[in-house]
Amino acid sequence: MDSLLAVTDLRTSFDTDQGQVVSVDRVSFDLKAGETLAIVGESGSGKSVTALSIMRLLGKGSRIQDGEIRLEGENILELDEKKMRDVRGNRISMIFQEPMTSLNPVFTIGNQLMEAIRLHLNRDKRQAKAHAVEMLRKVGLPRPEQIMDEYPFALSGGMRQRVMIAMALACRPSVLIADEPTTALDVTVQAQIMRIMKELCAEAGTAIVLITHDLGVVAEMADRVLVMYAGQVVEEADVFTLFDHPRHPYTQGLLRSVPHLDLDDEDDLQSIPGAVPARYHSMQGCRFHNRCPFATDKCAAELPPLFETQEGHKSRCWEIEAATARWEEAKAL
Amino acid sequence: MNEGWKEPPQSPLLVLENLKKHYPIKRGLLNRTSDYVKAVDGVDLNIMPGETLGLVGESGCGKSTIGRSIVGLERPTDGRIRFQGADISKLSGREMIRLRSQVQIVFQDPYSSLNPRKTVGSLIAEAVRVHRVVQPGEVDAEVDRLLDLVGLPKNSKSRYPHEFSGGQRQRVGIARALALKPKLIVCDEPVSALDVSIQAQVLNLLKQLQKELNLTYLFIAHGLGAVRYISDRIAVMYLGKVVEVGPTKEIFRNPKHPYTRALLDSYPIANPHLRDRERIVLEGDVPSPVNPPSGCRFHTRCPMAQAQCRQEEPRLAGEGSHSAACLFSH
Repeated sequence: MDSLLAVTDLRTSFDTDQGQVVSVDRVSFDLKAGETLAIVGESGSGKSVTALSIMRLLGKGSRIQDGEIRLEGENILELDEKKMRDVRGNRISMIFQEPMTSLNPVFTIGNQLMEAIRLHLNRDKRQAKAHAVEMLRKVGLPRPEQIMDEYPFALSGGMRQRVMIAMALACRPSVLIADEPTTALDVTVQAQIMRIMKELCAEAGTAIVLITHDLGVVAEMADRVLVMYAGQVVEEADVFTLFDHPRHPYTQGLLRSVPHLDLDDEDDLQSIPGAVPARYHSMQGCRFHNRCPFATDKCAAELPPLFETQEGHKSRCWEIEAATARWEEAKAL
Repeated sequence: MNEGWKEPPQSPLLVLENLKKHYPIKRGLLNRTSDYVKAVDGVDLNIMPGETLGLVGESGCGKSTIGRSIVGLERPTDGRIRFQGADISKLSGREMIRLRSQVQIVFQDPYSSLNPRKTVGSLIAEAVRVHRVVQPGEVDAEVDRLLDLVGLPKNSKSRYPHEFSGGQRQRVGIARALALKPKLIVCDEPVSALDVSIQAQVLNLLKQLQKELNLTYLFIAHGLGAVRYISDRIAVMYLGKVVEVGPTKEIFRNPKHPYTRALLDSYPIANPHLRDRERIVLEGDVPSPVNPPSGCRFHTRCPMAQAQCRQEEPRLAGEGSHSAACLFSH
């Protein structure tokens, strides 16, 4: 396997007043060099915690209980903090949803950009500055030399996110984790940012783990998709297969509830009844069963494994056949 | 109002005439007003009874300010807001209270718009009681009816907002707005904070309530999908001005203004087969509403701007009910 980042049976828990809560439950995936893997799910599905686990940036009271995260074959869960710091920003970078809170308000853009470059790439000040300006130019910022001396507050949301991308890609990492990178931005700016991210990563050969709730963004960006629900992976497929032939009732429900721009007036939006159960971690059976139109007694009693229905297409469902039949039938109409 | 707009069979429920809202920027020791943020800068719109007008645009375009002005949370700097013919932009406190029973608002964030110390029952009952919608003895029954209307179980009454999910809280917000039996509801990004699967539930509920209660909506949003689904007509705003208005289908099939086209193109489509479609991706950010560009406000980002666009400010014009403010769209 030429997998760049291999996550196996990752289990991350949080200590709460009501005891321990497992918010990422045996998540596994492989990321190949240069590919874009989208992790899609609703709030509370565990997608962001998965990302933070990979970066080992979990806060107090949370820990990785089990599993392996191999970056180019090396299990980064076994690294000490000093070695992990070399990994962060250098081999794996991350950009967050809120570009304002991820930049330090009291340092100039140039200062923050150069810090990463000098730390990881061993450049002297002049070289670091030239590289930083070059990165700002690459992400499409106008007058990069002046922006080097400006503070984050002087930039708009879209510009800040460009700075974050410049910073994240400055050391040509092999993996970029982007956690809802465009959610806080307006649509016209979102389109710019996605385009830049895609182009720059392709140029540097950086693979992307894109975390999002927006199926539109997934369809535009991803090569492969992981659908998460209540802390577990419920479906995995390449992007075309996932949108054309979803096998899990949750994925199917999500796809049906997106208001399409080409929807006819008469069509009613279909929704998934209910909401994600609050205490799903102690739930028996399939975590989706109480919202699922295909649920049987077995679903309530026994957690289905991730069945591999075709090569590269997995679905965590006991009723794959019924769900598949219904979807293909509706599609044929 | 637009020329060429055919005389409608009914008169509009709400008319905005040259609506302006400028916020002063205070600076310095003496707190002098140095400039103005021109959030809304001359907007004309009308909403017919029973219809849904979608108002879209990027953040800072003034769409929420319009919504807040209609319900009296902002006082317009200039222009008129006519509701059923009467100007409501300069009402006194007492008159405003009376208006509130006709015009209500549902906010974006169901987490911050409900008082966390009050039970859902008392949150809804408060509105019913203050405005004397029913006899004091019937308040309880009325609350039950409202909860049922928005699809919440009866036992919700004694529970607190934090016990509900986002979607359920938004239902509480809707029940509260409905409590006064309003004619017009301003929905200010009512589903933007909700998960996709829950958005559809709330949108369907709003649509169904409209049919049952003959409500009129001003639906403010930045997500085009939701607006497309719920609106009869759509108005597109850019930097405090309406740049295009027309029937939903027309706007989506045949957008006239380059900004509308770019907005539609930017919207990510949940279909990977369309990812390589041709589209306009705008450069740069929205300019500051303090010093909006001269002439057409969009000219700094417009892919087809001409020299003329820098000087001449286009007016909304078009055939029938579909009009755009662009010098070169016709």
